[in-house]
Amino acid sequence: MAKDTATPLVLTNARVIDPARGLDAAGSVILQDGLILAAGPEALNQGAPDGAEIIDCGGAIVAPGLIDMGVSVGEPGHEHRETLASASEAAAAGGITTIVTMPETDPIIDDPALVDFILRRARDTAIVNVKPMAALTKGLNGTDMTEIGLLQEAGAVAFTNGHKSVRNAQIMRRILTYARDFGALVVHHPEDPDLAGGTMNAGLNASWKGLSGVPREAEIIMVERDLRLVAMTKGNYHASLISTSDAAEAIQGGKDRGLNVTAGVSINHLTQNENDIGPYRTFFKMSPPLRDEDDRNAMIKAVADGTVDIICSNHDPQDVETKRHPWAEAEDGAIGLETLLAAALRLYHAGDIGLQPLLAAMTINPAKRLGLDAGRLSAGAPADVTVFDPDRPWVLEKSAIRSRSKNSPFEDARFSGRVLRTIVAGRTVYTYS
Amino acid sequence: MSANEPRRHDLFPHRHLLGIEGLQPHEILGLLDRAEDAIEVSRQVEKKKSVLRGRTQINLFFEASTRTQSSFELAGKRLGADVMNMSVSSSSVKKGETLIDTAATLNAMHPDLLVVRHHAAGAVHLLARKVGCSVVNAGDGAHEHPTQALLDALTIRRHKGTVSRLTIAICGDILHSRVARSNIILLNALGARVRVIAPSTLLPGGIERMGVEVFRDMKEGLKGVDIVMMLRLQRERMNGAFIPSVREYYRYYGLDAEKLSYANEGALVMHPGPMNRGVEIDPAVADGPQSLIREQVEMGVAVRMAVLEALSAHLPNQ
Repeated sequence: MAKDTATPLVLTNARVIDPARGLDAAGSVILQDGLILAAGPEALNQGAPDGAEIIDCGGAIVAPGLIDMGVSVGEPGHEHRETLASASEAAAAGGITTIVTMPETDPIIDDPALVDFILRRARDTAIVNVKPMAALTKGLNGTDMTEIGLLQEAGAVAFTNGHKSVRNAQIMRRILTYARDFGALVVHHPEDPDLAGGTMNAGLNASWKGLSGVPREAEIIMVERDLRLVAMTKGNYHASLISTSDAAEAIQGGKDRGLNVTAGVSINHLTQNENDIGPYRTFFKMSPPLRDEDDRNAMIKAVADGTVDIICSNHDPQDVETKRHPWAEAEDGAIGLETLLAAALRLYHAGDIGLQPLLAAMTINPAKRLGLDAGRLSAGAPADVTVFDPDRPWVLEKSAIRSRSKNSPFEDARFSGRVLRTIVAGRTVYTYS
Repeated sequence: MSANEPRRHDLFPHRHLLGIEGLQPHEILGLLDRAEDAIEVSRQVEKKKSVLRGRTQINLFFEASTRTQSSFELAGKRLGADVMNMSVSSSSVKKGETLIDTAATLNAMHPDLLVVRHHAAGAVHLLARKVGCSVVNAGDGAHEHPTQALLDALTIRRHKGTVSRLTIAICGDILHSRVARSNIILLNALGARVRVIAPSTLLPGGIERMGVEVFRDMKEGLKGVDIVMMLRLQRERMNGAFIPSVREYYRYYGLDAEKLSYANEGALVMHPGPMNRGVEIDPAVADGPQSLIREQVEMGVAVRMAVLEALSAHLPNQ
């Protein structure tokens, strides 16, 4: 995809935001040969390249294309739910230029040949960048380490056990130790599987609904365990999705002690709480479960103060076969590629998080953590760019969802903030009409 | 609806009965009044009304039940409905047919009333959104069992004259009990003082905020109580270290004459059935003079007649 003879583009009359260098200023962005030539006020003084297409942004924001860390795709194995192609279309419509995929496919991505398969399918069918994460253990069984070195060579950007925790502390210890030698990042879903054992946030709400609860402690205990193991092994660790104030505090404590740890949160846990479940609406069933309003506010604060580094969509397409069941029997998961930025902008409009830190959590932070050359608007960086109007209102209609699966918790939601154009490697892959 | 029926019968504004939650106190009382009339019908030689003549009622039970299913069947028949019982074992459901498929199949048969029991909380709500007829919840997981709570209230009211201001203790496996949840809501709505008595491992999280006083000691909790509602210990769900043994449970939480003596004189004993005699209740108490357990069964038919009749006002073409 990077090899490019696309027409050079000049995005003028823009508000250029580049969290990597704290830039928020009027300016323009010049893209040529799949790379950024110049961005910001300094680009105003530079002439347009020969034959360039000039696009007037009308004052809209130009920012680095978003990087969504932890996207579930149905390919291979469940193409009826989502393919790399359909996921990439959805991503492009959401201003996302790089999706970092989960290995929870069928077969599970635990072999170098499968990483290669994903990369080749992505090259042939996807319109955004695809960076695969590989399985941490074979078949995600939680016991046998995968070939971290070979998988990394094949192109895996990180290693994760998907939405399942590694229950055995000794195995987690060895994996962290071994992965460290390769500089590999271990991305872990912290939830004690024995203590979790329920289907929604434990508490009064679950009690009235007659549902078994997932206590907050299931997450807190696992994060605390992992932090001890990281201290012991000096490993590189990212808690993929946290949802509780205590887990955030624990992560901050780990950072204060100098551990190589980061944490992520899904956009759902920043914009929704357990009350949104209403009458057993399974599109709101996810792991970790939606928590109460106190925890939601704590997670917003954790993003604002940098405790939590990365916001992701936790995109997980599920179809009627897996979702239209009684609550306890329905699968976890919600789609989110198309709504990630729009939902995140709710936090900006509410005055909770500034645009810079908000965008950093979806651009430069994941890029840095994964070692990707992306997520910034500096000269020489890949020309992955999103153009959006932070105020334009729109409504998510089910019929307009690009994902093959329609399990969005934001169905019929009103948003302020619309992606107008998405550019990957200098080519426009999405325009809003 | 004929003109000579009392006005209160117009007052049930819901198309389904999915739970006690969402019912207003006057709607609950209206159903109880209606059930009083149904008792009369059931005690006549000619036990038949024609309110549901020509209507089809399907009892869809995903969980085995003798008492509730036969009670709904009899209630429907006494109102003149054609009643069909469908028992769906969970194993056949696991073979691939989803609840939604089942709903679509049933819809094609044009039932007027669907009575559903399911092992998963919320399953009845899901069905109600997918079918075109009125739905009655006959128990969904650990969520609600509204007709049980109504029949309990009816039984209490017939003996005490009122539910309001009574002190009522619900004892035992609250955690897994839909009966407890429906009763907590209903009894509070009618102004009773509700207590729960159980070991902490059998209490749901946040129970102290569910409108009840919480006791862990049976004798302490039974002091001053007018009604003792025992719950079945759901032994099939006991594989998670909730209690150490049945005999220890019986020792501390089984209702025997000695523990009952701490309650008010003339306190009445109830149990939704089926009972584990010698586990949560001493047979001598279960079958003793203070027990209302057998009467609850009779009230069950009456209350279900009342519910079916109340919902029939919302059936199409009427």
